[in-house]
Amino acid sequence: MLLPSRFSRMLEVVSAMIMDLLGIPPQVLFGQLLIGLINGAFYALLSLGLAVIFGMMNVINFTHGAQYMLGAFVTWMLLAYLGIGYWAALVLAPIVVGLFGIVIERTMLKRLYHLDHLYGLLLTFGIALIVEGMFRYWYGVSGQRYAIPAELTGGYLLSFMFLPTYRAWVLVVSIVVCFGTWYAIERTRLGAYLRAATENPTLVRAFGINVPLMITLTYGFGVALAGIAGVLAAPIYQLTPLMGQNLIIVVFAVVVIGGMGSILGAIITGYALGLLEGLTKVFYPEAANIVIFVVMAVVLLIRPAGLFGREK
Amino acid sequence: MTMISRATAVGALAGLALGTGVAGAEVSDGVVKIGVLTDMAATYSDLSGRGSVIGAEMAVADFGDMVAGAPIEIISADHQNKADIASAIAREWMDVEKVDVIVGLVTSSVALAVQGLGKEKNVITINSGAASTRLTGSDCARTGFHWAYDTYAMAAGTGRAVVQEGGDTWFFITVDYAFGHSLQGDTAAVVEEEGGTVLGSIMHPFPSSDFSSYLLQAQASGAKIIGLANAGSDTQNAIRQANEFGITMAGQSLAGMLMFITDIHSLGLATAQGLYLTTGFYWDFDDESRAFAARFEALKGAKPTMIQAGVYSSVSHYLKSVAHAGTDDTDAVIDAMYAVPVSDVFARNAKILPNGRMSHDMYLVQVKAPDESEGPWDYFHVRREIPGDDAFLTVEASGCTDLR
Repeated sequence: MLLPSRFSRMLEVVSAMIMDLLGIPPQVLFGQLLIGLINGAFYALLSLGLAVIFGMMNVINFTHGAQYMLGAFVTWMLLAYLGIGYWAALVLAPIVVGLFGIVIERTMLKRLYHLDHLYGLLLTFGIALIVEGMFRYWYGVSGQRYAIPAELTGGYLLSFMFLPTYRAWVLVVSIVVCFGTWYAIERTRLGAYLRAATENPTLVRAFGINVPLMITLTYGFGVALAGIAGVLAAPIYQLTPLMGQNLIIVVFAVVVIGGMGSILGAIITGYALGLLEGLTKVFYPEAANIVIFVVMAVVLLIRPAGLFGREK
Repeated sequence: MTMISRATAVGALAGLALGTGVAGAEVSDGVVKIGVLTDMAATYSDLSGRGSVIGAEMAVADFGDMVAGAPIEIISADHQNKADIASAIAREWMDVEKVDVIVGLVTSSVALAVQGLGKEKNVITINSGAASTRLTGSDCARTGFHWAYDTYAMAAGTGRAVVQEGGDTWFFITVDYAFGHSLQGDTAAVVEEEGGTVLGSIMHPFPSSDFSSYLLQAQASGAKIIGLANAGSDTQNAIRQANEFGITMAGQSLAGMLMFITDIHSLGLATAQGLYLTTGFYWDFDDESRAFAARFEALKGAKPTMIQAGVYSSVSHYLKSVAHAGTDDTDAVIDAMYAVPVSDVFARNAKILPNGRMSHDMYLVQVKAPDESEGPWDYFHVRREIPGDDAFLTVEASGCTDLR
């Protein structure tokens, strides 16, 4: 790809500065930043789902990692057992996972709303253990494989790295879904009802709006977001029943840093921490999996409600 | 079926011949108790886990469930790859359950902890799963045996073959715990001994799912070979993503320093073809190994990995030694383990070195291309048999001081 000459000259100057200041080649730095942003795309999608569920329902959804894993496994099962490919799975798998969430909400979760947060947390944590345990029993931990769809194989040779088309796709989908969700909740009439129902359900019900149904669908939607992340992950990560377990703790840290329940906070923090993690992998890789928790501890000390959260 | 019954009959006869000859057999608590301690549910559970318990059970079945006039009992537990959990279980097994031997033990940090405990409490531990050479080196113990393979064997097999094929510059992507450090160190030594150079390395947390960032740094190093000093899903993710990022297409090659047949099964031949790896067991090696694998597959639904076959072999040798000694007394059994010849479907041309290392033939194999394979599990060309003397460190080089 040819860049306009002024831009490319600017890039050269910046590159030289980076080399002087940090002592690493700019190619490596840019590559890592882009990779970090792509990993951040997964964090953002997953933490968004958690933030929607917590913000609208005050439920700490510990099943989220298992639901992400389900998204990936449903994608794989659709192909393995029914011959349904990636593009259809991109729509079907989140729906299936979302329906699974709705069943949980209708049969179990809704009975706990009047109790302390901890009960919801324990229930969803238990469900996660059961779901992951069942998949481990059926499929083992070595993992299944899922090919990248033919339309998205190959990549772009950028001046500083080879960007696989599929990773670019992940980034685009994540940005569209994240900001679409933010817009729907913060800027539309439906979103306004939803936020109102969270503040004062009795009043909203008095206006003739079916609040329990709205809550059920919100949970289904939040869970479906995890399902979408699962579909996106299927072709690039080894598909194992444990894939959500490894990610979910980090994602919870992201939500806490962003501010529990803050939609925009979850999205921005997701991408930002992906970038931060990417940089850590260059300068001190051993710390890559703790840097997010260090940030979390610092943020909690300085701003207990999180970067974008409001004190209650 | 005839194979199965014949193998059982031979085993039972061996047990009878060795065991019943000793008069006044003394077995503590009237039972020989074997503890299989391994990863039952996490990253390493497919390559050890339930399959390791099955391996032990097969060895016990060969003896007709009796040795030295006493029944044999197997107990098992999940150590979750955590040294503290493993130590707590092992301590309880040694103090309360009175186990006579602990086998299995995947994950080096776990194996080092449990072997240390065995030394303190005078209980035999036979490790088939963990890889660190420290187990028979600086941390060796008179009561500790290392059975299936170790990081040096992997380095000596795969590392040497790759350098000899022209891969003389290396960059390591290494998992950040005892095993990864040991594997990288041993491989780097072999690479340099063969005239190659190591350009750099990077440590990643255990476990990791995204390797793109490490792979790009490995790519930037310009090394011909990217050595993956990790295992299980870490290695699989790294190999998949190296394909995705066009690293292998751009001319760099990967060397998986510790890979199991289950990894190849998951990755698929299209992704894994051409990789060299070193293994202590391949089911399709000869009639004896095929018969053993068929018997195992009937119980597990998969072919055995070298760890699972190693657990079978270690339990089998332990029981032969108990039969020979006529007791399960630790010191007598250790003497017998050195006295009884080590020989079974897994341990070929084998012997136990005075540092506890079981030295046996290893195999350098290359992963088949999809059109060369006749079906599931038909994955390897055996390229070279590596005699035990070449595959494992000598006692002098191991640095072990607690020799038998």
